[in-house]
Amino acid sequence: MGFVFYLISTFTVGGALAAVLLKNLVHAALALTVAFFGLALLFLRLDAQFAGFAQILVYVGAVAILVVFAILLTRGSELPKEGVFSKTWLVGLAIAAGVFALLAWAVLQAAPWLPQEKAAPTVTVNDIGNALMSRYVLPLEIVAVLLTAALLGAVIVAMHEKERSR
Amino acid sequence: MANPLTGYLIVAALVFAIGLAGALTRRNAIMVLIGIELMLNAANLNLIAFWRYGRHPEVLTGMMFAIFSIAVAAAEAAVGLGLVISIYRHAKTTDLEQMNRMKG
Repeated sequence: MGFVFYLISTFTVGGALAAVLLKNLVHAALALTVAFFGLALLFLRLDAQFAGFAQILVYVGAVAILVVFAILLTRGSELPKEGVFSKTWLVGLAIAAGVFALLAWAVLQAAPWLPQEKAAPTVTVNDIGNALMSRYVLPLEIVAVLLTAALLGAVIVAMHEKERSR
Repeated sequence: MANPLTGYLIVAALVFAIGLAGALTRRNAIMVLIGIELMLNAANLNLIAFWRYGRHPEVLTGMMFAIFSIAVAAAEAAVGLGLVISIYRHAKTTDLEQMNRMKG
């Protein structure tokens, strides 16, 4: 636990808060990118280089662009006159605060039994590739099928429908 | 905080709660999807943190969970945003409080 951890954590949580609170959706998408980048930095600090760079590629690279595309295609940058928060926002906020209180309580209660600081694991990308091709080959294939299905499904769902003759 | 794992778990809990608050309180469907993405990312941070400080990091279980979770979350985001665009084209709105019909 050093200064760098607190710095990255503040960056990440601040980005997430801004993503949820900002009124303009394009600004919110940019703040979301900041939060994703901070999470990738936390992964790198946890010595998970592969997951960190995968996070940057997939989230900062692809998902953020997808979100911006969706916002611009749906004219989401125009502010609605009823406000950006729903009528039941107080209930939602109370539920979220309750969930956070429960999680934080559980973590702090369990703190004495959690594993202590230890040497960084020496895992190379080579090891990850070997594991993906041996022990985790079935999940890998299933994810490949899932990604293909999601790709086709997203294209079909968002494809422009022809006007049906009535 | 003497234990480094505690810090990561608290940060993950905070990001999860922020994502949940966003998903529950915003009116725009895209903002709800953004909140869901934040929650998924908080879960990934937990998985990676437990992998790093767990007993057998060389088995790579937590890392694999996180990698597959990233792949599934990407698929979810693509389909979700496709649905939002499709609904917008149909109903001319992304406001969830005006979407109250299953039939088009």
